[in-house]
Amino acid sequence: MNQILHLLSLPTMKVNLLAGLAAVAWRSTRPGDAEEGELLERLRAGDEAAFMALVERHQPSMIRLARSFVASPAVAEEVVQDTWLGVLRGIDKFAGRSSFRTWLLKILVNRARTTGAREGRSVAIGDAGPAVDAGRFDATGAWAQPPEHWVQDSLDRLHAQELAETIRTALEELPGRQREVLLLRDVDGLTSEEVCDVLDISEGNQRVLLHRGRSRLRQALEDAAGEAA
Amino acid sequence: MRFLRRRREEIACRQVVELISDYIEGELPRVQRLRLEAHFAGCEHCTEYLAQMRETIRLTGTLAVEDLTPHMREDLLGVYRRWLAESR
Repeated sequence: MNQILHLLSLPTMKVNLLAGLAAVAWRSTRPGDAEEGELLERLRAGDEAAFMALVERHQPSMIRLARSFVASPAVAEEVVQDTWLGVLRGIDKFAGRSSFRTWLLKILVNRARTTGAREGRSVAIGDAGPAVDAGRFDATGAWAQPPEHWVQDSLDRLHAQELAETIRTALEELPGRQREVLLLRDVDGLTSEEVCDVLDISEGNQRVLLHRGRSRLRQALEDAAGEAA
Repeated sequence: MRFLRRRREEIACRQVVELISDYIEGELPRVQRLRLEAHFAGCEHCTEYLAQMRETIRLTGTLAVEDLTPHMREDLLGVYRRWLAESR
C-alpha cells in the first residue's frame, strides 16, 4: 500500500515508466516462466531431459495449432518437428523480449502456413454472418425465439462429456482463422496481444474472429442441448 | 440524462449478441458497456445468452490435452540430438 501511495505521489512520467517496468517484471514472473528460463539454459547445455520437458509442456498447443493449418495429422507432426528444429537453431537469437511460448508458436505458424499452402489448403477467411440467426429476432430486434437453456445442465456436469465433444467438433468446423484465434485464446489462454503477435493479425481482426468463433460454438452447444432434450 | 436514457433504450437484443464477446473481454467503451448492462438488467434472454457465452468459453478451456505419442517423442529426441551434434 505504501508503495502505491509512493507511486501516486510521483510525477506522471515517472509513474508511467515505473508501471511499464512493473508490467515487464510481471510478464517475466508469470507462473512457469522462471522454470522455463532454467529449462532453456539446460537445453543449451545439452540436457535432453530439459528439452523433453519443454516439448511436453508445449506439445498440446503446438499440435492443435498445426492441425488447424494442415489437413493431415502426419504432416502436422512434421510441422511440429520442423518447428523444434527451427527453435533449436535459432535459440541464441531468442532474446526473451516475448515469452518463449509466443516465440515458439510464431515459428510454428510460419512453418504451418508455408506447409499448408504447399498442401493446397485454402486459407479460410472468417465468414461475415451474424452471431445469432437473424430469423430469431422480431422486427424490433428483440428475441422472438430466445436462447434455449442449457448452462445449468453443463454446470451440473450432466452432459459434460457430450458438451466437450460438441465443442471439439464445432471447433473443427470453424473457418481456419476463427479456429486459430479460439485455440490460442480460449484453449491455450494466451492474451489477445500474444494472439495478434503469433498469428500476425490486428487487434480489431482478432476481436472479430474471437467473437464469431465463440458465437458459433455457443450455437453448437445450444443445438446439441436441444437435440438431447 | 434523457438523451442517455433514450440511447440505452435503443439497443436491441440483436445488437447485444454482437457486442457480448467484446463485453466479456472488457473491450467496450464505458458508455456502450453501461448501455449493455442496462439492457441485461431488463432482459432475461440476453442475460441467459451472456451466461451461455461465458460457459462456452469455460468449456472450450477444458478440452483435454493430447499426449505425446511414443514415436513423436523418439522423432523429437532425434531432432535434438542432431542439433546438438551439428552445434558442437
